[in-house]
Amino acid sequence: MSSATLTSTGVVPPGAEAAAPAAVAAPAEETRRARTSAGNPGVWWSGAIAALIWIAVGAVTRFIPNASIGFTEWNLTAEFGTGTALVGGLLLALAVIGPRLGAVAPVRGSGPWLIALAALTAVWQLLTAKYAVLPAPFFAPPQALVEVYLDDYARLADSFWNSLKLLAHGFFLGAAIGFLTGVGMGWSRVVGYWVHPLVRFIGPIPPTALLPLAFFFSPSSYAAAVFLIALATGFPVAVLTWSGVASVNRNYYDVARTMGASEWFLVLRVAIPAALPQVFVGLFMGLGGAFSVLVVAEMMGVKSGLGWYLTWAQGWASYTNMYAALIIMALLCSGLITLLFGVRDRVLSWQKGTLKW
Amino acid sequence: MVSAVIERKREHEAPAADKAGVVGSHIDIRGVSHRFDLKEGPLPVLDDVSLDVKPGEFVALLGPSGCGKSTLLRLVAGLEPPSDGSIRQDGRSITRPDPSRIVVFQDPTLFPWRTVWDNVALGLQARGVLSRERSRVDEALSLVGLSEFAKTHPHQLSGGMAQRVALARAIVNEPSLLVLDEPLGKLDSLTRLAMQSELVSMWQRTGFTVLLVTHDVEEALFLAQRVVVFSERPAKIKADFEVDLPYPRHRGSPRLAELRHHALGLLGLDATW
Ligand SMILES: Nc1ncnc2c1ncn2[C@@H]1O[C@H](COP(=O)(O)OP(=O)(O)OP(=O)(O)O)[C@@H](O)[C@H]1O
Ligand SMILES: [Mg+2]
Repeated sequence: MSSATLTSTGVVPPGAEAAAPAAVAAPAEETRRARTSAGNPGVWWSGAIAALIWIAVGAVTRFIPNASIGFTEWNLTAEFGTGTALVGGLLLALAVIGPRLGAVAPVRGSGPWLIALAALTAVWQLLTAKYAVLPAPFFAPPQALVEVYLDDYARLADSFWNSLKLLAHGFFLGAAIGFLTGVGMGWSRVVGYWVHPLVRFIGPIPPTALLPLAFFFSPSSYAAAVFLIALATGFPVAVLTWSGVASVNRNYYDVARTMGASEWFLVLRVAIPAALPQVFVGLFMGLGGAFSVLVVAEMMGVKSGLGWYLTWAQGWASYTNMYAALIIMALLCSGLITLLFGVRDRVLSWQKGTLKW
Repeated sequence: MVSAVIERKREHEAPAADKAGVVGSHIDIRGVSHRFDLKEGPLPVLDDVSLDVKPGEFVALLGPSGCGKSTLLRLVAGLEPPSDGSIRQDGRSITRPDPSRIVVFQDPTLFPWRTVWDNVALGLQARGVLSRERSRVDEALSLVGLSEFAKTHPHQLSGGMAQRVALARAIVNEPSLLVLDEPLGKLDSLTRLAMQSELVSMWQRTGFTVLLVTHDVEEALFLAQRVVVFSERPAKIKADFEVDLPYPRHRGSPRLAELRHHALGLLGLDATW
């Protein structure tokens, strides 16, 4: 997983992942702009520097010959070099002319990240294709990833959608069941008595350990995969919902009861809204759990999906394909977590000082 | 502003249904003792408390901290049954909470996930009458002077504003008994004086019975018709006297100073006076 995130930073277009640090870097950028604005109005300096490095990356890729070891030959090397140089050129134009057109504001803060990404790509290029310090087939240069994306586009897209579908099925099922279980345990003494020991007993078992059971009892391998993901999601959601409901300030109930609230009102309008911050913590943990069992869930039976693709690529020792799929997987996970953060910020807008992703 | 609200009310409703016609509850507390069963053994909190509150009467309860005043209010609200004795409202035994008896707790306990407006609407919503009575929420809010804050969330309010919202949330239910547990305790002294006068005029207009717990002797004397002084825990009634002054009262009146001396003496604080 960690290698996925590391590599992904080399390829991801700046807009996607650099959005978060942008907010942090922005103030420094602002002051610098204020200082330089007298001498040279409206050049986006960090963008310009990044552009120059990107052009340099292009030159390195194009003009340093690839190390030739055995039969390994990296296709698309020239094209990748031209492409990066072109991107650098466009970025340079944006950095110089953009500020006058007022088109830089949204990306201004990401300048330092663009520089870092360019530097990282250069190092990556040199270590793999140029000097083979990191040898094939275990490592691949960026142009090889581009090649995989171009050649295997259809299969990767298909895998992406199937993984998304599987995750959505499992996550929503698990979250719903976990939520209801948690509310039941927190609210009803009887439900708590019977379900709490079960949750304590079954919950801590890693869902993947139940793989054989899941496949034996489920009607189809897809259902088994959904079951595993639902299990990984449901346990943290149930536990945190339960603790959220159980720790609601008793005075809220007193206030509502003196005003004539029914049991249902107390559950739906007092206990659940009061527990929601905890429920979201559970949902985040559940989503993490769902990611971690995705590969295993797709290992058996399922015929498409990113986890399946990873296993398949490893089976053929085509590690370049594996890296390509890992990057997509990292993007998928990061995107879904961003989405969940967005939902939380909307639902819990009444809270002060919530953490931004 | 307040009179404007009343004007509006008159226009909307037939004269017979005038809300000024709420009849205050008669509360009869008879021989009530209460104890909490703790691990270390029983903790007696109330000891044979008997108190008869006439319909529409304004009674203040004074007593040392931790003596059991809040506990007595919880029993009257019906949130807990007393260990011994009986509490009746208009002759019927109090067994559970009822919207005719509304409590404003020591802590405002607003629901942080609801806006100010939605907090005030809580009781009406809980009883399923909100869609018919929305205008009452607006009236209650303007009564406590917070109409502009209808859409804010509680964490954006000052302590005093939060306490006023709690008051609006209570009176919107038009209770026949209003139970107030130090409702003005957190207000700054200026807002506090203004709210005291507001409370009196609200009480005079509507006619509900009021049970008010306070630490502030002057507040008790300025507001209430009758003051009940409790002893240290377990609380016993130590004194029960009338405040024989007409409304509106004047804080500087010599009779008030006299009664204050008397009350402080009962609380064992006359040496400092
Ligand atoms: N739920 C409870 N369980 C156990 N003990 C309690 C409980 N509620 C109150 N007590 C105890 O009962 C005593 C009286 O509490 P209470 O809240 O009625 O005091 P009070 O007179 O309202 O004090 P204050 O003026 O400081 O608010 C206290 O000693 C308190 O510790
Ligand atoms: Mg108290």
